[in-house]
Amino acid sequence: MFQFALTRVLWLIPTLLAMALVTFLVMHATPGSPLDPIAEGANPLSPEAQKVLAKHYGLDRPLYEQFAIFVSKAVRGDFGYSFVYKTRTVQEIIAETFPISLLLGSMALVLAILLGLTLGILAALYQNRTWDYISVSLATVGVAVPNFVLAVFLIILFSFILPLFPTGGWDSPRTWVLPTIALALAPMGIIARFTRASMLEVIRADYTLTARAKGLGELPVIFKHALKNAFIPVVTLLGPMFAAVGTGSFFVEAIFRVPGMGRFFVLSMTGRDYPMIMAVVLTYGVFLAIMNLVVDLLYGVLDPRIRY
Amino acid sequence: MASSTPASATKLGEELSASAVTHAEARPRSSSLWRDGVRRLRRNRLAVAGGVVVVLLCLIAIFADFLAPFPYTKTNFARLNEAPSRAYPLGTDQLGRDLLSRMIYGARVSMLVGLGAQVIVVLIGALSGSIGGRTDMFLTRFVDVMYAFPRLLFVILVMSMLGAGLTNIFIAIGLTGWVGIARQTRAQVLAIKEKEFVDGARALGAGFGRVLARHVMPNALTPIIVAVTFGIPEAIFTEAALSFIGVGINPPTPSWGQMVGEGQQYIRSYWHLCVFPSIAIAVTMLSFVFFGDGVRDALDPKLK
Repeated sequence: MFQFALTRVLWLIPTLLAMALVTFLVMHATPGSPLDPIAEGANPLSPEAQKVLAKHYGLDRPLYEQFAIFVSKAVRGDFGYSFVYKTRTVQEIIAETFPISLLLGSMALVLAILLGLTLGILAALYQNRTWDYISVSLATVGVAVPNFVLAVFLIILFSFILPLFPTGGWDSPRTWVLPTIALALAPMGIIARFTRASMLEVIRADYTLTARAKGLGELPVIFKHALKNAFIPVVTLLGPMFAAVGTGSFFVEAIFRVPGMGRFFVLSMTGRDYPMIMAVVLTYGVFLAIMNLVVDLLYGVLDPRIRY
Repeated sequence: MASSTPASATKLGEELSASAVTHAEARPRSSSLWRDGVRRLRRNRLAVAGGVVVVLLCLIAIFADFLAPFPYTKTNFARLNEAPSRAYPLGTDQLGRDLLSRMIYGARVSMLVGLGAQVIVVLIGALSGSIGGRTDMFLTRFVDVMYAFPRLLFVILVMSMLGAGLTNIFIAIGLTGWVGIARQTRAQVLAIKEKEFVDGARALGAGFGRVLARHVMPNALTPIIVAVTFGIPEAIFTEAALSFIGVGINPPTPSWGQMVGEGQQYIRSYWHLCVFPSIAIAVTMLSFVFFGDGVRDALDPKLK
């Protein structure tokens, strides 16, 4: 177990380096040079001035050296200044927006897990009956329909037709409700589908039959014997779920005007704010890679049948 | 599965069938994998409904020029942001363009991306999946790294490098999508090569080509077809998401995702701008998923 954990942690390093390399190369392959004048249609700088600028920014060094500098700075969280918000460093912006995204993401994840498990269990217990159809259709809608489309429907339903919640903003818990739901529906659908399948399998397993045969009532059979085992495969879903919530938050934050990292990312996309884009991609990448690692380790702890 | 009679057994079979009339009668009823699949698919009402919508959408995309009441770029500055009316059944947008016409042309982009990107994805994926050796090792390593990286994030990154545009969307989706298919193909080909029925077919004298065409391919193909049917809505989703944040389709070409992205800014005043394209995306995605679920259940009931 310890050895497995150690190898997995060590594997994190090449994975993160590969991610950094990809983002770095993309940044370099992008057309346009930082030595070009910012104003459109302006005359190019003289070769001497370009040389001086290149030297100042270290752009005259070989690519691998630039990559080394990039990595060593990125490790310290230094991504330079934002192209769009010229007076602020990328680090400041991320430090300000990441906690908001984290709060939104965690709330969505908790909601998704609670709802998803409930729906999945209900669907399995009432297979091919009303509850099953309700939860399967909810799950399908959540999985199939993009969250920005769901967000539009949520706003129409709960802001216009039933004026319960505001259409956007992030100043009171009341504004948190719709973005959280919009973000939670997709992972909820994944969890519900998976829980249903896993629960259906467990209900027919021999040990459930044994529990029934020894005279246990329905509730202890479900809660003590079936559920525990049905949950195990669901844990593997947490990895993809973090990804779904992470990338999903771009769109939800943009629609509900949540001042989180996702919204900044979308704004930096349209503004071609490269330092910002690279920083956000790497932050998400690192966060997700670490989360995947945690989930993998957790899986081993939860299921004693797994040996490393 | 068809009762495939290898060459050596055919002579024996002919002798037998001369005496056994039942064999000849049983023949029409014995159905192939595909006929079985189609029959099972037909029985699935949701899948049929999904399939009908998909066909309709394809027709709309093909005949957009005839169906659309206006060209998608035609502006009418006297009637901006108008609610649905007789002249404009779904209203007009912020430039006075007919929303219905733009939605009809938007179907073209969605279908083009959905189906077109799959061709690239399958070609690269299946090819790289069936090559073994050193390529195989590189592939598995690469796939591992790609899996740690959320796909949409990668697509956005590639698009930020290439810039918006339909061709670039193909490239971005193709670059990331083939990985899954390659993994599938590789696993399938590796597993099926070792199966007893392949040994059995060989032992009965079937040649390499016959084994590949009649035994390996039909079995390897089903998961790939299933992956493709789910790849289509994923590609459509990717395009919509990219256009939503403004790095997908270049205006003035209309795309549903882009219309939602632009329209949601005015949702308080002009709800119709983003609601109709939202409905279009939702219906398209659900239809493809229902159809895809049906195809999966029909082709491979044990995957259910």
